[in-house]
Amino acid sequence: MSDYISHDHEHDGIDRRGFLHCMAWAGTGLLWTISGGVLASKTLAQIAKAGEPLPATDLSFLQISDSHIGFNKEANKDVTATFKIALDRINAMPTPPSFLIHTGDITQLSKPEEFDTFDEVLKSCRTKDVFYVPGEHDVLNDGGKLYRERYLKSVEGKGSGWYSFNKNGVHFIALVNVLDLQAGGLGQLGDEQLEWLEADVKDLGTSTPIVVFAHIPLWAVYPQWGWGTSDSERALGYLKRFGSVTVLNGHIHQVLQKVEGNVTFHTAMSTAFPQPAPGTAASPGPMKVPAEKLRSMLGLTSVQYKQGKTTLAVVDSNLS
Amino acid sequence: MTTLTSRNKTIALLCGISFLNLSLCAIAGEIKDADRTTTNQNRIEIKDFAFNPQTLTVKSGDKVTWVNRDEEPHTVVSVEKQFKKSTALDTDQTFTITAGAPGTYTYFCSVHPKMTGTIVVEK
Repeated sequence: MSDYISHDHEHDGIDRRGFLHCMAWAGTGLLWTISGGVLASKTLAQIAKAGEPLPATDLSFLQISDSHIGFNKEANKDVTATFKIALDRINAMPTPPSFLIHTGDITQLSKPEEFDTFDEVLKSCRTKDVFYVPGEHDVLNDGGKLYRERYLKSVEGKGSGWYSFNKNGVHFIALVNVLDLQAGGLGQLGDEQLEWLEADVKDLGTSTPIVVFAHIPLWAVYPQWGWGTSDSERALGYLKRFGSVTVLNGHIHQVLQKVEGNVTFHTAMSTAFPQPAPGTAASPGPMKVPAEKLRSMLGLTSVQYKQGKTTLAVVDSNLS
Repeated sequence: MTTLTSRNKTIALLCGISFLNLSLCAIAGEIKDADRTTTNQNRIEIKDFAFNPQTLTVKSGDKVTWVNRDEEPHTVVSVEKQFKKSTALDTDQTFTITAGAPGTYTYFCSVHPKMTGTIVVEK
């Protein structure tokens, strides 16, 4: 493709024009899509589209998701290349993010060599701090042992790998909802993790901004396809009293957003392949798109937090 | 008559062996790449995030083979842990078990737990 970015391009922000293409706020046709806290994001996206640098903020971080290293089928035969492009975009940002979060499905089949490739490619990213949650593809045959050995080194992982940390007054909570899934069910957090969550936020002031991230959406996006988490309501119950809660998920390879009270739910694009909008295909399997369209359906998500503002700005950008 | 007796003995012996095998084979599944020459009998296709047929009736001692025709990995896991679970099946990989004692066996995909299926084993 003509606008493919090679490794040796200068990291001078020239590609910002392409980078800050805001994905349309998808979710049309889904009744519960409300515009509430989205306005701030839209404004920011429009600023970015007009070529202005992003305003200085107290904290900015980047969400990447669903890199599926090892996938090599029709929809995208080189997912390593598109993952590299995503990293190039991060490197080209005028203001580098403080850290990255990866919301799962690092690999396609949980193979050590797939994790190796991911780790090797990630070395090219100038932002070194990365916080992870596993996707179901990362814990396929060993209950997540290999994943935990590799990706929980810098955090205090509890149970099957959940944890929390603080940055600039924002409390981040990383949840695992892809293990011990029950027949006929959805994603699941489980009692032990929920009890931990309740205790984790118990002593926080209600003005503390909360960011929760997990692989499978923590809201019922489309349960018929398993796009939801059976006990997420209980988790959200513990977060109800907080003034600002941002929930970031992956898994569905497309941008969807919902605002419910003080809670903003947001899903990110994949860096590997798109998936169909809820209910629009026979199954949620990889969506085949023309080669020239692929990169417009892959992307990453930038999140900005400014002290004193209650809503975090969430901006999606595609890789075209 | 002699022949018949002998045959009966053979059948009895085979039954004995297969009975012994049932408990073993039912927990020793086998995964391999799809062999398209094998018969489609007792074959469950995994396609579009579903097991087809969703309910399969077999005779005790029959082999049952799942083949994954999706681009997404799937697993075959007994809900009641009645047979050994498969590892993740990539595209065109198969998983085979030998049907054990008569009864109803429900299973699901532990990666996409909405996917469920049933095997009814008859005598």
